[in-house]
Amino acid sequence: MTPEALMGGFTAPPQHSSRAFRAALTALSRPGTIVTVEGGHGPAPLSPAAAILALTLLDGTTPVHLAGGHDAPALRDWLAFHTGAPVVGAEGAAFAIGTWAALQPIPRFAIGTAEYPDRAATLIIEMPALTATGPRLSGPGIDGTAQLSLPEAAAFRANRALFPLGFDCFLTCGSHLAGLPRSTIVEDI
Amino acid sequence: MTDQAYNFAYLDEQTKRMIRRAILKGVAVPGYQVPFASREMPMPYGWGTGGVQVTAACLTPEDTLKVIDQGADDTTNAVSIRKFFQRTAQVATTEATSEATVIQTRHRIPEAPLTKDQILVYQVPIPEPLRFLEPRETETRKMHSLEEYGLMHVKLYEDIARHGAIATSYAYPVKVEGRYVMDPSPIPKFDNPKLSNSPALQLFGAGREQRIYALPPFTHVVSLDFDDHPFEPSKAPHDCDLCGAGESYLDEVITDDQGGRMFVCSDTDFCRTRREEGHVGRLGEPQFSSKKIANSFEGICAPEEAAE
Ligand SMILES: [Zn+2]
Repeated sequence: MTPEALMGGFTAPPQHSSRAFRAALTALSRPGTIVTVEGGHGPAPLSPAAAILALTLLDGTTPVHLAGGHDAPALRDWLAFHTGAPVVGAEGAAFAIGTWAALQPIPRFAIGTAEYPDRAATLIIEMPALTATGPRLSGPGIDGTAQLSLPEAAAFRANRALFPLGFDCFLTCGSHLAGLPRSTIVEDI
Repeated sequence: MTDQAYNFAYLDEQTKRMIRRAILKGVAVPGYQVPFASREMPMPYGWGTGGVQVTAACLTPEDTLKVIDQGADDTTNAVSIRKFFQRTAQVATTEATSEATVIQTRHRIPEAPLTKDQILVYQVPIPEPLRFLEPRETETRKMHSLEEYGLMHVKLYEDIARHGAIATSYAYPVKVEGRYVMDPSPIPKFDNPKLSNSPALQLFGAGREQRIYALPPFTHVVSLDFDDHPFEPSKAPHDCDLCGAGESYLDEVITDDQGGRMFVCSDTDFCRTRREEGHVGRLGEPQFSSKKIANSFEGICAPEEAAE
């Protein structure tokens, strides 16, 4: 284990994780809203926002999939030390972290079952940029419409068609994050 | 770290993570009941342990918490929960709906419109709206998955056949975004319209039954009804005897043993605020505006200030 693996955890876990959760809750319950989080970081290529989501939501009960460049020894060590989350293949993952390209093909991820739609994966998508532009969002959490710089619209439209099944997403960039639950209707503009 | 015997907001971090994950899945599937592993809390189940756990998972040190029980801030239940979080999370508390960032409630939605900066946490005794039709969890889960809600409509229609109207006046079932039928907890059906399209996030916690569900802001919520018997939110046909409000939900209060009675707002903060603004009901007395004075001392408006 590298010394880097020990760095970047919350210095005051209860307080830091409470603020980070509230930011994540705001993001997921108000799709299109971009929030800022702080208090933690992990090894590259993990963004601070993705690191903070991991510190807040992951533990030994949440199998995580690391896609593409995120499946790096330093990041595995960091996750193991700070969260204890087992690293698994895409099919068995409760959480997945990676760029949109690396997470493909998306249909590998759990979408829940008819009786337990909550048993679905949460994708943490690392983005090169995150702005309130691009595809139009509507649905629960949105007063009218919003816009978010999603990597594409088609995959999220297909996911919405599965409702109440489907995966849920956080989009992360630097210290910023946004949420996209399966309930959001996504349209190209 | 401090040397206190309990963690921030009482629950340990592992438990809060589990509850937080359940809350996020609840938000992603509005109206669907997410199972969670409810923890023992230092209070009996009837005291809203589900709501307390959801509140504990949501609170940050910067929050201002309000706790109401049937609309009142000063019942034993509300005071106990407020003190519990004052002590375990060191959060600020308030009785003013407009000042709160998190509001835990039992059986009411505040009269004052909620804002996008607020979370309303409901204490839920029985989260399953189909439970009285079908006691088996495996069956109700199947019914929800297949959107098999016909029996629910039959039950409501039997009410109409028997009483000429739908007799259910509390925990009146709703349909969320055209998909899940949901129990809004035992709020009066008068409050049901406020569930829909609220700017606030609404979270529901059932401790004994171990379920969490959610209504994100601006979610479409419809009370079940029929074309020939549309849903009607109802209240006592009176104005508040203290503040004169004609649009608030009222409690009937027996005032003496001669059969005297009065109707007062169930939402005590709403009633006090109106009286401080100079509104006077049939039996009320004019109030001096103590609120502005209290605010200048950045204190919480104490109930005594508005007392008779
Ligand atoms: Zn009143």
